Amino acid sequence: MPGPRVALFITCLVDMFRPSVGFATVKLLTDAGCDVEVPDAQTCCGQPAWNSGDTATARDIARQVIDAFEGYDHVVVPSGSCGATIAKDYSEMFDADDPWRARAAALGAKTHEITSFLTDVLGVKSVPVAAPVSVTYHDSCSGLRSLGVQAQPRALLGSVEGLELREMVENNVCCGFGGTFCVKYPDISNVMVGDKTRNIAATGADMVLAGDLGCLMNMAGKASREGRAFKARHVVEVLAGDLDTPAIGDPA
Amino acid sequence: MSLHEPTTPAFKANARRALDDENLQLALRGGRNGFVSKRAAARDKLPEFDDLRDQARDIKNHVLANLDLYLEEYEKKVVESGGHVHWAETAEDARNIVLDICRKADAKIVNKGKTMISEECGINDFLADNGIKPVETDLGEYIIQLRGEVPSHIIAPAIHVTVDQVRADFRKAHTHLPEDRDLTELISLQREARGVLREKYFEAEVGITGANMLIAETGHSVIVTNEGNGDLSQSLPRVHIVMASLEKIVPTLDDASTILRVLARSATGQETAVYNTCSKGPRRAEDPDGPEEYHVILLDNGRSNMLGTEFEEMLRCIRCGACMNHCPVYQSVGGHAYGWVYPGPMGAVLTPSLIGVEQGGQLPNASTFCGRCAEVCPMRIPLPKMMRSWRAREFEKRLTPSAVRQGLGLWAWFAKRPWVYRRATAVGAAALRAMSGSKGRIASLPLAGGWTGQRDFPAPQGGTFMAQWKAGKR
Repeated sequence: MPGPRVALFITCLVDMFRPSVGFATVKLLTDAGCDVEVPDAQTCCGQPAWNSGDTATARDIARQVIDAFEGYDHVVVPSGSCGATIAKDYSEMFDADDPWRARAAALGAKTHEITSFLTDVLGVKSVPVAAPVSVTYHDSCSGLRSLGVQAQPRALLGSVEGLELREMVENNVCCGFGGTFCVKYPDISNVMVGDKTRNIAATGADMVLAGDLGCLMNMAGKASREGRAFKARHVVEVLAGDLDTPAIGDPA
Repeated sequence: MSLHEPTTPAFKANARRALDDENLQLALRGGRNGFVSKRAAARDKLPEFDDLRDQARDIKNHVLANLDLYLEEYEKKVVESGGHVHWAETAEDARNIVLDICRKADAKIVNKGKTMISEECGINDFLADNGIKPVETDLGEYIIQLRGEVPSHIIAPAIHVTVDQVRADFRKAHTHLPEDRDLTELISLQREARGVLREKYFEAEVGITGANMLIAETGHSVIVTNEGNGDLSQSLPRVHIVMASLEKIVPTLDDASTILRVLARSATGQETAVYNTCSKGPRRAEDPDGPEEYHVILLDNGRSNMLGTEFEEMLRCIRCGACMNHCPVYQSVGGHAYGWVYPGPMGAVLTPSLIGVEQGGQLPNASTFCGRCAEVCPMRIPLPKMMRSWRAREFEKRLTPSAVRQGLGLWAWFAKRPWVYRRATAVGAAALRAMSGSKGRIASLPLAGGWTGQRDFPAPQGGTFMAQWKAGKR
């Protein structure tokens, strides 16, 4: 029996900065029996426009994504933030009497962040990998508060042989990335990410994991400037057993 | 310049100063998690807490849909009890009404319970300019009055001040007390403030309080305090003035009690505040105490313009302060950086509504949209969503900075053309990769100084996912 047809929305950051996160996502989906496709007509989910108040542009991009992705059984995103834009924000972009609104809502209903898709939709309980590392998990804001991603990545991490999870204090507090926030308000963003790297370091964990590359690049960039010992990786890298690819911001 | 002149357009500079202010940072970090953990503990002890939030939200939504009716009902009840209701369309109207009442009462000293509406109207400066001495009786308000400052938080006005600073302020101000007195313990500071303020209660001719709620069915105003200063401010002077904004109305005493159950828990993590006090009308013949005159000033100051707009839900706010207690931006820079009366997430939505988005537009931008404020709001106000609505208004009015507009425009041009975008991202990834050399990160990036000034920029792995997928990599 063929598996569900899953479209991967790669996200602009994974596409350009860390393709290995995309391949790890594909591996997890394929191992779980999915038939993964990557629609050509994808660029960005449109969140930068939406959050900057440019509703018209956000709507244009939403229509483009809806067109390209609505024909699949599911849409999976290796990001809670981009996932939330598609799953929650798209339908808000259109007026109640606009036919695009229903299409947006239908797409939203079948769009999932990767770890919650694996556990909540596919019922995956464990991943067959070993990783003798200690990790701490940062709950990225949109995934946590818009999509309820919290227990799912931890459940999967709990099945990784040899992995130890050490929770940090304020694990659900924003790292200061915030999309354009980090360039519009760099001073405040810097203080927030400094608090975050301090909390991560205090756990003594080998690495910080999260489900969003934006937050991870922010935390990794701060940690490397501060000379911190911990590494940063997307959670799917560990779940897919990919610890060979250099960590975020590490030399090739 | 008056303390009440907004400095909201200078938010970035204000924030920079706040980040460099060692005392402020010490004070903010000292208090950072107290409110958060206490609220969480209070919520966990009350299984129906989230249901109460829904009820509280529904009560206020109903009020806002019928505001005129409830206001008229409330006014009728106050007048029946012998009180006076004054309608103030603007802050200036409110100031003049207060001054008029004070002059008729021949007041030299006015005692004040904590009221943010008074802050919004700049009552203290105005009274002082007119020869009347305002005395703040809330401990936090008293401290900042000594320091010549305005509140930095809506329920903890002096949260930006360290205990050491308070000690120094008290020694400077309370010169009638022995210089060698021991102020080591916190309780000694509280006792000293209490001693000083007790005497003031008997000197004031007028007492001004705010109102957490106004009850339409009975004509009561409700104040919630932990120090009892509000009670003394309103019952001892000959004249009591309640300053409240229009949306403080609730239909019934039962509704008020529902809201009180979420208010204290959200604010301080208390099950209930120490004092929840109702006042209504002047002293009756059989009352043991109370004022001879009772006035309510109902302030609009832009609120009625919010009705029927995407900002109407902001009028549900009960001023608990949970949003700012949980806001990482507020916790980093403190309340003064926001530049006007209301800081934090609730201020970021309310301020542009009251003073205009041209003045207040920085505030709804200074958010990562982390959503923690909406998560804890007892009235379920979608704060980030409304901040986004302000950004949309700014974009429509072309108030968004031109660099941001141009950047967005350029990005959007590519984002709407997947094939061109593919080529551009491939070139971009390769260029950034080359810039990083073999280090895997970039220490200084043109046009991204905000990022690379204080953190490295992780380099791309090289080659986009889309190109590699297309080439058959799996």
